[in-house]
Parts: sequence; structure tokens; C-alpha cells
Amino acid sequence: MNVGVFEAFTLVVRRELCLSFRRPEQLLQPLVFFLIVTTLFPLGLSLQLSLLRDMSPGVLWVAALLSSLLSLDALFKGDADDGTLEQLALSGQGLMVIVVAKTCAHWLVTGAALVLVSPVVGTALGIPVAAFATMMLSLGVGTLTLSWLGAIGAGLTVGLKRGNVLLSLIVLPLAMPLLIFGAGATDRAISGTNAAGALYFLAALCVFTCTLAPFAATAALRITLE
Amino acid sequence: MNTAADGLSVERVHVWRGDRHVLKDVSLALRSGELLHVAGPNGTGKTTLLRVVCGLLRPEQGQVTWLGQSIAAIRAEYQGILAYASHEPALKADLTALENLRFAVGLKRRVARDELRDSLRRTGVEACADLPARVLSAGQRRRVAMARVIAMQASLWLLDEPFTNLDAAGADMMTSLLQSHVQAGGSALVVAHHDLMVGTAPMRRLELGP
Repeated sequence: MNVGVFEAFTLVVRRELCLSFRRPEQLLQPLVFFLIVTTLFPLGLSLQLSLLRDMSPGVLWVAALLSSLLSLDALFKGDADDGTLEQLALSGQGLMVIVVAKTCAHWLVTGAALVLVSPVVGTALGIPVAAFATMMLSLGVGTLTLSWLGAIGAGLTVGLKRGNVLLSLIVLPLAMPLLIFGAGATDRAISGTNAAGALYFLAALCVFTCTLAPFAATAALRITLE
Repeated sequence: MNTAADGLSVERVHVWRGDRHVLKDVSLALRSGELLHVAGPNGTGKTTLLRVVCGLLRPEQGQVTWLGQSIAAIRAEYQGILAYASHEPALKADLTALENLRFAVGLKRRVARDELRDSLRRTGVEACADLPARVLSAGQRRRVAMARVIAMQASLWLLDEPFTNLDAAGADMMTSLLQSHVQAGGSALVVAHHDLMVGTAPMRRLELGP
């Protein structure tokens, strides 16, 4: 009996989540990094809450980008190293299903987790509670976009020994629009103005990458598999 | 040259890796119920040939066909009937043997847990079903990888050095698995350094030269 695409998708997502929870330290690393980096800023700056509040959207977003980048390197590398990627590629399911499932699972354990801890960080940075909803929404959309940009980079660098640095060099320039609109939305929410414009841009970027990046990431992975 | 539209056919395949001409004009044919032993010294492209046959590697020249159709054209269908065991056992160290099988075989076909346990029993590692692959010995991992091949119920087996790390009993088990697979009408392409002794099954040998 053949396995449907959706069934295959859920199976791969379950596999990825199962693997992540077997290694809690890898799951926690990006979160702890996010918390520590954002705590360093208030310590390093002067004690003016207004200054901190002005800088907080940028700090929050840069920390979020860097911490979700931390785990991107491992997106395909682990499977490529132990040979399971070949098994997945020969599973009879299109490689794209595998790539989409793995990237979604990656977002669930990094991006979604960052969104959940962001109120803690927001409080530490003096972001008003009223702005939390916009901050969390923008972070959720932004990290999903970043996971997809990262999947392309991870697909291209999976065969390299020290692909980590190259991956950052590929992904970070592409992530600049995310930073601009994401921090912009959070900034507007803090100042109490309408953040819809920046959020729309962020959503448009997300739709754009979610529709095209699967093709690019699959093509990149197929090249490195050879 | 096999022109019959049954089974696997590799026609005049050339593969370069960088400057190295790894596969030079390799042709082979494999029908159902046949076993082909690919032999040759290290570095003569045995694994490369296997990867070409899998469809993981596209040859620069020549073509691979299954039932007369190019494997690139019928990729999903072709992958459904093949089981590939690479040189490494390809198991996730953090998952148990059973989970490894479930996530790999489950993508090919709907499979019950008991069936997976049964294939582990056939390769003699049922006791390891709930142990993480990390704690298994190299030989046990090889057996789990072989259990995955069995559970896939594929008609074409592509095995890269399946005897590595197996003890004498394991090698016997491997031989009898190959024999029953071929007798049931399946076909197998086996890369191995040493001679294969597979009882009565019709076996041919392809020697790759440097």
C-alpha cells in the first residue's frame, strides 16, 4: 500500500521532533543563547529605560536571527553524515516532501520556541505588555521565513566540512529585510502606532519564501547528494 | 547487451568524479530471480555504480533503465521497488532499532509494528528492537539495516558490502536471505570484496577493473 504525501509529511515531522527531544541540549541551546544575548544588552548599556526601550526591537530581532541560525547548520547535516539522507531521498516520496517536513519541524523546535520565550525577553528589555502580541506575531512569521531561507543555505552547504560560516554568510544578507520589517513592526507596537504595514511586508516575505524556497532548497540538496 | 524490457539494465555508463574517470563504459543487465555480484579492487567504482543504479548519481553518459524505462522518468515508482543498503548502516543513533525501521520503511509502505519486529527477528536482532542504535555493535547495526531492506519488501536489492562486520553466523544468515529473496523472484545487485556462495541461486559476476 502506497503512502500518501500527507502521511509521509507527518511521519518525517514526527521523526524530526522525536530526534530533537532525544537531544534536549541541542533543543535548549538556541533558546538559552537567545536569553543570554538579550540579557547582555541591558547590562552593557546605561540604566536609562528609554534608551533600552528604543534599542529593544533591534536587539530582540538580531538575537532571534542569530539563535535560529545556530541550529540551521544541523538541518540536513546530521542525516547526510549518517547516511539516512540517502534513505530519505530513495524513499519513493519526492525529496521536496522531505525538505518541507524537515524545515517545518525545524521551525517548530526553534522559531516557535523562540516566540514562546520572547515575552520573558521582552519584559527584560522593557517592552510594554501591550506590544507583546505584535512582537510575537512578527517573530513567528519572521523565524518561519528565516527557516526557509536557511533551508536553501543548509542544502547548499551540507557537503562542506565547515559549512557553518558559509551558511551564515549566505543567509544573513537575505535576512536583512526580515530584520528591518520585523524590528519596525515591534518598534511601532512599542510606540503605540499602527504596525500593520510592517507586518504585511513581513507576511508577504513569508509567503514568497514559503512558496519558492522549497524548490530552491530541494534543488540545492539534490546537487549536494550527488 | 540486454535489450529485453524486463528488469534492470545499465547501458554504457560513464561517470567522472572531477578528473577521475571512475566508471568506464559499464553495462549490466539483471532480470528477476537473478543475483549479480559486483567485484573489484578498492577504488574501481563499485559504490559509484551502485549509486548510479539507485538514481542518486546521474551518469555523464549512458543510461539506467527499469522495465525498459529510464529510471529518471519513473523515479517514484522505481524507488518504490528498490531497497538500498549503503556501506554505512544509515541508522539514527538516537532512535531505537524499531523506530529507525518505522521511520524509514513507513515512507515506502504502510507497515505494522509486528511486521517490523518480524524482520528484526529474521536478521537475529529482535532483542535490540527497543535499544537506541547508538549502543548497538557494528554487526548488530548491519543486521538492523538488513532488516530494513527486508521490511521494505522491495523486488530489487542494492547492497553495498552487506557482509562487513558480520560474524560467521551473520554471513550465513545474509547468504540465506539473499537466496530466499532471489528464489522468490526478486533480484539483487551485491557489491562485495569476497566471493559470494549463494547455493543454487543463479549468480553472475561483474568485475570492475582499475
